[in-house]
Amino acid sequence: MNTAYEAVIGLEVHVELSTETKIFCACKAHFGAEPNHHVCPVCLGLPGALPVLNARVLEYGIKAGLALEGNIARQTKFDRKNYFYPDLPKGYQISQYDQPLMQGGHLEICTEAGEVRRIGITRLHLEEDAGKLVHQGSANLAGSTYSLVDLNRAGVPLCEIVSEPDIRTPEEARLYLQELRNILVTCGVTDGRMEEGSLRCDVNVSVRPAGSTTFGTRAEVKNLNSFRAVQRSLEYEIERQIDLVSKGQKVVQETRTWSEERGVTLSMRSKEAAHDYRYFPEPDLPAFEISEDRIAEVLATLPELPAQRRQRYIEVVGLPAYDAGVLTDNLELAAYFDAACEGAPNPKAIANWLMGDVAGYLNAQKLAIAELPMRAEHLREMVAMIDSDEISGKIAKTLVVEMMKSGQAPRALVQSLGLSQISDDSAIVEAIRAVLAANPGQVADYHAGKTKVVGWLVGQVMRQTQGRAKPDAVNRLIVEVLAETTG
Amino acid sequence: MTLTDLTAHQLAGRLRAREISSVEVTRAFLDRIDMLEPRVGAFVTLTPDQALEQARSIDERRARGEDLPLLAGVPMATKDNLCTRGVRTTCSSKMLADFVPPYDSTAYRRLVEHGLVSVGKTNLDEFAMGSSTENSAFHPTRNPWDLERVPGGSSGGSAAAVAARFAPLATGSDTGGSIRQPAALCGLVGMKPTYGLVSRYGLVAFASSLDQIGPMTRDVRDNALMLQAMAGHDPLDATSLPHDVPDLLAGLTGDLTGVRIGLIEELMGEGIRPETREAILAAVKVLEARGAIVEPVSLPMAQHGIAAYYLVATAEASSNLARYDGVRYTIRAEADDILSMFKKTRAQGFGAEVKRRIMLGTYALSSGYYDAYYKKAQQLRTLIREDYARAFARFDAVLSPTTPDTAFRIGEKTGDPLAMYLSDIATVLANLAGIPALSMPCGLDRGGLPIGLQLQGPALSETTLYRIAYAYEQAAPFTALAPVSAALVAQE
Repeated sequence: MNTAYEAVIGLEVHVELSTETKIFCACKAHFGAEPNHHVCPVCLGLPGALPVLNARVLEYGIKAGLALEGNIARQTKFDRKNYFYPDLPKGYQISQYDQPLMQGGHLEICTEAGEVRRIGITRLHLEEDAGKLVHQGSANLAGSTYSLVDLNRAGVPLCEIVSEPDIRTPEEARLYLQELRNILVTCGVTDGRMEEGSLRCDVNVSVRPAGSTTFGTRAEVKNLNSFRAVQRSLEYEIERQIDLVSKGQKVVQETRTWSEERGVTLSMRSKEAAHDYRYFPEPDLPAFEISEDRIAEVLATLPELPAQRRQRYIEVVGLPAYDAGVLTDNLELAAYFDAACEGAPNPKAIANWLMGDVAGYLNAQKLAIAELPMRAEHLREMVAMIDSDEISGKIAKTLVVEMMKSGQAPRALVQSLGLSQISDDSAIVEAIRAVLAANPGQVADYHAGKTKVVGWLVGQVMRQTQGRAKPDAVNRLIVEVLAETTG
Repeated sequence: MTLTDLTAHQLAGRLRAREISSVEVTRAFLDRIDMLEPRVGAFVTLTPDQALEQARSIDERRARGEDLPLLAGVPMATKDNLCTRGVRTTCSSKMLADFVPPYDSTAYRRLVEHGLVSVGKTNLDEFAMGSSTENSAFHPTRNPWDLERVPGGSSGGSAAAVAARFAPLATGSDTGGSIRQPAALCGLVGMKPTYGLVSRYGLVAFASSLDQIGPMTRDVRDNALMLQAMAGHDPLDATSLPHDVPDLLAGLTGDLTGVRIGLIEELMGEGIRPETREAILAAVKVLEARGAIVEPVSLPMAQHGIAAYYLVATAEASSNLARYDGVRYTIRAEADDILSMFKKTRAQGFGAEVKRRIMLGTYALSSGYYDAYYKKAQQLRTLIREDYARAFARFDAVLSPTTPDTAFRIGEKTGDPLAMYLSDIATVLANLAGIPALSMPCGLDRGGLPIGLQLQGPALSETTLYRIAYAYEQAAPFTALAPVSAALVAQE
């Protein structure tokens, strides 16, 4: 990136809340039903039907707001956002305009360069999702011969979370989104599945000369369905804008769409007049207050959040900040780690195994930690076996792969694969004798005073025993056996 | 006396005594409808088969000895903006000409659960927008007191149906006077209850913060009985009040000793026809004779009622009517692209008055105008509420004419929408303030047309309003007058 310029990035994230039912009616809010099966007069927008707020949606919204350390509105309301679209059954969306549920939140991210940055969150508000159009004969409404409307999604609860323009790089944008997702999934308010659309992200980006305090003209980029798309689209869009600006051309304020296949952002026709949404307070839902008590109640249900977990890993578990970061970035991995650590005296060793051999295996096999056959307590057991000298670290490297493949307990595998440590002195002595007999030259070197050769000979014994001999016993016994031999 | 001349509570008494059956009663009303409806045009849809089936079922239950609600077996008419499952609900609009709701509005359902038998859906000004029922996309409704005149609106079909003895009771809806004004013009008792007392679920919305469903009846007792049957909290309506409904018949004693009534000065002056003013002053004497203390009261903000009302109501309507876009249950115009389809559908589906109000409301909510119009109107609403609060600190209720004038001729005001709007001056205030208001007949003008008086009280004071209305009715039984329209009599 051209260092003469910096980017200013803000994210708007729509999160589907994972309540059982929709925001204003009793229809199921689940993904994946037959088209138009989870519908009723309310979410179909039939004449005379009225919305009633799902209390669970409000609870989830408060929870998310508190997890993002924002101020929950004591007095709030819903508003109507008016516009015509075939997937919008009432001709307006019930949303929140000037009294959002939460304002003034933030979260922290840690860049790969090790810089911790606080990203402000302007607001979080609740709203209903629209339905879905299934176009026939074209990818979009304009070119289609006809379009079908599926209103299963109409009325699914959303919270929209808008960041401050505090983000400066595509990496930070990705990290912000990951951390946001981790926080919300940890709270249990969303399943966070980007591929199913439960987390949808739009970015606003502009560029300006580095050090400037004014904003350049921004473009909005839509259709970002993965963390990778967020980062890549921003990388492309920033380049594009810097290229324009450095040539003395202007960035057009417009909405652009990300093409995953082509790796570029494309202008969506910007000629449509600016929308006037004619917001006004939703008269069907009275304004309401949220009491201190209610907020305290919800606060008490907040689980340990990723930032707190990271802190615990550093302070209580004793992990380096980097390890703590790697483990908490992946919620499933952190949960696995916590399960493996239960009652374990040596969590650092467990962390090392997870971040080393286990991560490597998952990567190679393209598995998620949740799909790993190895149970967390088995990993704990294996680390305990190393610590008690039952197996060597070297054996463990073989063993852990077998555990990950089969899901069997470490002791059972050690038995069936014959991996147990040889701690019987006589067996080790026997192996030493065989090695010495096979290497008379090295034995002679030893007696000639080249004692460094012992290390090499120990290695041969370990190889002979396929690593099963206890290394400190080999070290002790080899000197004794060498003394028996003469130069 | 024929069955159709009886009030609902009189019919209920005979039904309970098993002197008559619900089928007989329902047939009597259906026969009268058959004979006279072509002259009146009160209905959009008649449901005789369903009515007789409901009546039969009530009769069977009664025969089995079931303890039925008081009004069980009594016919009613239902305003055609209350959703009725399986029976088309048109709002007298071309847009919804074929809309058959898959669900019942709560108010209608409660009435049916009380055993009331709906004979049909009544005509209204399209989407309840109007004061004469001339804005119906289907046909105008005529006033049974004079078939050349309007019955008022928007619940003109319901008013005409009750006045013509097509049903002893009817539901209406009232956004700015749509129950009270036609009640006044047709010589009936009409109540707009406290906002939230009757669930709006299933009432096709006009202006959500103003709409209320209420009863239109021949006398005060019937009105209280019908409201009692449909009122009460509904979990499907977030604006429905959580309170228990009081005994609305508790005040029907005839006595007004110590009741304090304010006569609204602003609604007794200019713009009110002298005959109407005289009728109200005569009513004051009657109320005083029954023990009430009547004194003048001022509502200085009343003069802004029309302006505030036509901003709030049209703004909300512009949004509420956005759903009629051709995509789902409405008519659909053929067009080459989606935007043209929206536009053509709405151009074809809505009538002139509805379009006028959608445009007014869209303008009032537009960016840059919101503060000057919608927001200011809401502020006026607060001031009007404060006016009422001051009045109700001194009075149990306030009194005024319901309308400046009696029923006008069909076509007389259609060319001048503003004149039509201005005639809502006395009724819009109660909707803006969310308080209950009742209209009842207090005399006839020289042309033999009913004059209405309006009583308004603080929120949830329906029992008090019924107490005053009942005492007045006992002393001045104008509710007992029936239309003597030559055309109707000639037919009988």
